[in-house]
Amino acid sequence: MMAGTLVSTMINGDQTEFVCQASETLLEVLRNRLGLTGSKEGCGTGDCGACSVTLDGRLVCSCLVLGVEAQGRKVNTIEGLADGDILHPLQSNFIKHAALQCGICTPGFLIASKALLDRNPNPTDEEIRFALAGNLCRCTGYDKIVRAVKATAKDLRKK
Amino acid sequence: MKYQTPSTTKEAAVLITRERGKAFVLAGGTDLMVRMKSGLTEPDLVVDIKHIPAMQSIKKSATGFRIGAAVSAAEMGENAALKKAWPGVVESANLIGSDQIQNRCTVAGNLCNASPAADAVPALIAAGAKANVVGPQRRRTVLVEKVITGPGTTSLAKGEVVEAITLPKRPPKSGDAYLRFIPRSEMDIAVVGVGVSLTLGNNSVIKSARVALGAVAPTPLLVPAAARAIVGTTLNKAALDKLAEACSSACNPIDDKRGTVEFRTEVAGVLAQRAAKIAYNRAGGK
Amino acid sequence: MANDTKFRNRKFKSVGTRPPRPDGLDKVTGRAKYGADTFAPGQLIGLVLRSPHAHAEIKRIDTSKAAKLNGVKAVITSEDLPDLTNGDRDLYDTLENCMARDRALYDGHAVAAVAAIDAPTARKALKLIRVTYKRLPHVTDVDDAMKPDAPLVQPRVYTRGVSPKPESPSNVAKVSEFGHGDVEAGFKAADVIVEKSYKTEQVHQGYIEPHACLASVGPDGHGELWVTTQGHFIYRNTCAALLGMEVAKLKVTSSEIGGGFGGKTHVWMEPVALALSRKANRPVKLEMTRDEVFRSTGPTSSTSIDIKIGVKKDGRITAATADLRYQDGAFPGIWAMLGAMTSYACYDLKNVKTVGYDVLVNRPKVTAYRAPSAPMAAFAVESTIDEVAAEIGMDPIDFRIKNAAKEGTKSSYGPTYGPIGIGPTLTAAKKHPHMRAKLGKNQGRGMACGFWFNFGGETCTDLNIGADGTVTLTVGTVDVGGARASLSLIAAEELGIPYERVKCNITDTASLGHNDMTDGSRGTFSSGMSTIFAARNAIEDLRQRAAATWEIPVKDVVWEDGKAIAKGKKYRKLKPLSLDDLAAASPNTGGPIAGHSQIVADGAGVSFASHICDIEVDPETSATKVVRYTVIQDAGKAVHPDYVEGQFQGGAAQGIGWALNEEYIYDRNGRLQNPGFLDYRVPVCSDLPFIDTQILEIPNPNHPYGIRGVGETSIVPPLAAIGNALSDVAGVRMTHVPMSPPRIRKAIKENQA
Repeated sequence: MMAGTLVSTMINGDQTEFVCQASETLLEVLRNRLGLTGSKEGCGTGDCGACSVTLDGRLVCSCLVLGVEAQGRKVNTIEGLADGDILHPLQSNFIKHAALQCGICTPGFLIASKALLDRNPNPTDEEIRFALAGNLCRCTGYDKIVRAVKATAKDLRKK
Repeated sequence: MKYQTPSTTKEAAVLITRERGKAFVLAGGTDLMVRMKSGLTEPDLVVDIKHIPAMQSIKKSATGFRIGAAVSAAEMGENAALKKAWPGVVESANLIGSDQIQNRCTVAGNLCNASPAADAVPALIAAGAKANVVGPQRRRTVLVEKVITGPGTTSLAKGEVVEAITLPKRPPKSGDAYLRFIPRSEMDIAVVGVGVSLTLGNNSVIKSARVALGAVAPTPLLVPAAARAIVGTTLNKAALDKLAEACSSACNPIDDKRGTVEFRTEVAGVLAQRAAKIAYNRAGGK
Repeated sequence: MANDTKFRNRKFKSVGTRPPRPDGLDKVTGRAKYGADTFAPGQLIGLVLRSPHAHAEIKRIDTSKAAKLNGVKAVITSEDLPDLTNGDRDLYDTLENCMARDRALYDGHAVAAVAAIDAPTARKALKLIRVTYKRLPHVTDVDDAMKPDAPLVQPRVYTRGVSPKPESPSNVAKVSEFGHGDVEAGFKAADVIVEKSYKTEQVHQGYIEPHACLASVGPDGHGELWVTTQGHFIYRNTCAALLGMEVAKLKVTSSEIGGGFGGKTHVWMEPVALALSRKANRPVKLEMTRDEVFRSTGPTSSTSIDIKIGVKKDGRITAATADLRYQDGAFPGIWAMLGAMTSYACYDLKNVKTVGYDVLVNRPKVTAYRAPSAPMAAFAVESTIDEVAAEIGMDPIDFRIKNAAKEGTKSSYGPTYGPIGIGPTLTAAKKHPHMRAKLGKNQGRGMACGFWFNFGGETCTDLNIGADGTVTLTVGTVDVGGARASLSLIAAEELGIPYERVKCNITDTASLGHNDMTDGSRGTFSSGMSTIFAARNAIEDLRQRAAATWEIPVKDVVWEDGKAIAKGKKYRKLKPLSLDDLAAASPNTGGPIAGHSQIVADGAGVSFASHICDIEVDPETSATKVVRYTVIQDAGKAVHPDYVEGQFQGGAAQGIGWALNEEYIYDRNGRLQNPGFLDYRVPVCSDLPFIDTQILEIPNPNHPYGIRGVGETSIVPPLAAIGNALSDVAGVRMTHVPMSPPRIRKAIKENQA
């Protein structure tokens, strides 16, 4: 096996270093090397969004990014969404509106929803649905997820 | 697997040429990483082009637009000038996958992956787009419709890398559009794709046009007969019927897990009519 | 009194409210641990080699090169999983499905496995295993498999349910028959008869979390398994049996589950992980890829169904039959039998006969998917019901109301119904504003009914009261959709304390008696019942402690609103003792206070639903979109209405995907063409509208709170609701599911011709 590559990056605001093989995905690195198991592998091919993170503020599927690509960049995962013990309004609204059942897709939806609200603070229902089309949920039928995102958009606009 | 981040296009081309094993360009990774996951592709070398300045931006000039090969579809959608001049090209790029995919995928990558159903390609062909290609020894320019030679194959030689996609200067009263058929509302590979670009002369008569089809043949197709059907018309019913017929005739599709021959052939005609109408309206046609 | 299952009407204080669920925080922060989220020191990575052939003899497996590769610690084949099944047919089928023995029976069938120090090494090792296959003719279509010249899938299977016993093996594993009355006479008496045939393609549960486990077995025969599952006790029993381990020495812990819907009620690669771990003497982590989930776990049946319904002009059905052919994959199952049972369950029929054929094909082993087998049968029946109503010029809802089953009806599958919800859901559908809403251009409307039984089963629950009066509720049924919240509400209700004082945990197999799986909509129903009984047992103890404290007879102590009260004028000077008071004093009154229950929860009620669906169809391309959807279903008693609504919506969404776009596509070599979420098309967020729900509550007379299991029924009506809506807007009767645009387009053109 080839020697690994040392990668220096920022994850959820913390300076982080790891060694990985060039062929490892960012998702594999997060989960297997850094213990950040909040991002999930649902498909490994960018079709389900359960591995969603942001890379320099852009929403991406971490299963389609190489670990080495994180060099010098900023990665944000579900583990960094809450501010200490203060939940992000999306997180509290997901609980309040019962927008999760089994919860496996929830981290991906939260990251994707935040990416949406960051760029579009007043989305229509259709805009919400299309922005979240890259995140699959098999339990909820998406109804309560969309309601939770709408409620959060409203809450955030009030602030 | 080795991973390299060259800072010039020439460097990238040389790295690939020198690699004895299998070398691949990595832009957004939304095709390459999927093939790696399935084991279809096992690169010995991956050349990441996202650190090459010549590939990173969209430039507007007197001769048209230059879209760097590392520019993401999302970035194209955020460029107001590009959207205004080429709404069809931009909307086709913005249809690829989800927001997650959009933030990574590139039209150059979509082209070089050479899927018959590539969403970004029909509108680029209709636009008369060209690819700036850089090899270890020389540069050349090639029409986009000459790049894809078959499913998964291109006319690029080993070591040739697309540096940018260029769009020609847009005459006034021009419009373009891209439509595709997918069974869901998002996320699917196109079952049929149609790109139409046209320019109007006096009295809303179509002066010139280009029509391209995707997913209905082994490669995306430029269909001259479809263009001839609408040039010199104001897109009346007769012209639209001829357009649909020309597109359906040009189809050479297969039955596969995404659609049937019958369905693709018929829908190609329907979407061509709809795309032509949108392009016509965008050009200011009445 | 404690174990009295009879429904008693009462005013609920906790049950029926909508508090936040206890596992919510972990799930929105990424802290919750699912199957793949645990790691063990020294763990190996396991990978499985799978057959690329639909049907092949395995002539030889050479693992020598793989075993010699640096970093590989174990390689196994079926030789490492000897047959310990002792004549148990079902167990042997499970063994053979986990690892092929002499033949590969479907594309994706496991043939070998490796455990290595990391994934790249394991992948290299798989490539070094040389398998010599001799390809055999294969069959993947259910009707083709019944033909006399079809390739034989299992030479050991002889058709059951026919007389006389057959002498040669067959792909028809089982024939089941249900019904009563005289259908021939019934058809003779009919004014109109409608006969139609239908086909539905195979679909998968599509849970977002692939199967994953961490197995650790030592040479002393003790082992641990961390696994995503709907039934850790069942997994324990099966794995122990297959590996020759003692049940008590295998501790299985269920992780949080990322969706199951029936697909995680059966072991797939877990015995393989345990076998690898045992051979390597190290923990082995095995995660399935999405590709493997589609190819090598348990999708539903694809089916071929014939329906015949006879009716009088006044709208009374005189006879109804169904011939249902379901494929079980390569191993016998009960799937056609369940289809035959559920076909006409919604109706009150004098003459009915349903026959189910369970057929073997070279496809993966079918397992349960939310109301298994009912959606396909309902598609066929409910589509035909609409056709019959149209033939006699009757409104489709009125026609259903006229023939609906009610209390006292002898069901088509045998039992006589108690109070049930089919009539009420139909009446509610008729009155619902959705029915009166104006349709837009190119839109059509359809409705359909559905039914599912609920199961009871073995259940065991512990309720322990802490010294500060907070309650630990320990259950053994996996929480698939929010049951922990519902069970906490039930415990709070019974004890008369606030919901926040109860914490519900799902424990491992070493800590509780046997619990059956969370399936058959039994989670809240059975564990709920068991929780009530455990709470009542705890209340007995609490009354004893109060009586002892006051030195009065126990019979004079009642439990009300979370307090022990001395009943009677003579005790009026005695202040009530709260649960907190009694808990604090418990070290001095006899030690910890607890209640336990182990039951076979019985009396599960049945759950009926009616759905209304509006769709829009592009007249030139047949692109189809659901624009409005309403679910009306009987829950008996909705313990936590948010989660009941969630079940209604989730099931409907799965049914919509099944109806419109989901299907397994095989090529002519029997290889699965679309084992991924790109081309296996489940609904995405932008495909669906908001899904409206109406919860009806017709109490189940055999549950103390009237609860019925609700999780499954809502996947049953959508296929026909959409088929009926398509009939309304496009004038075509679709008989092939999924009703994808190319199929709709073809049907419309054939209709026009």
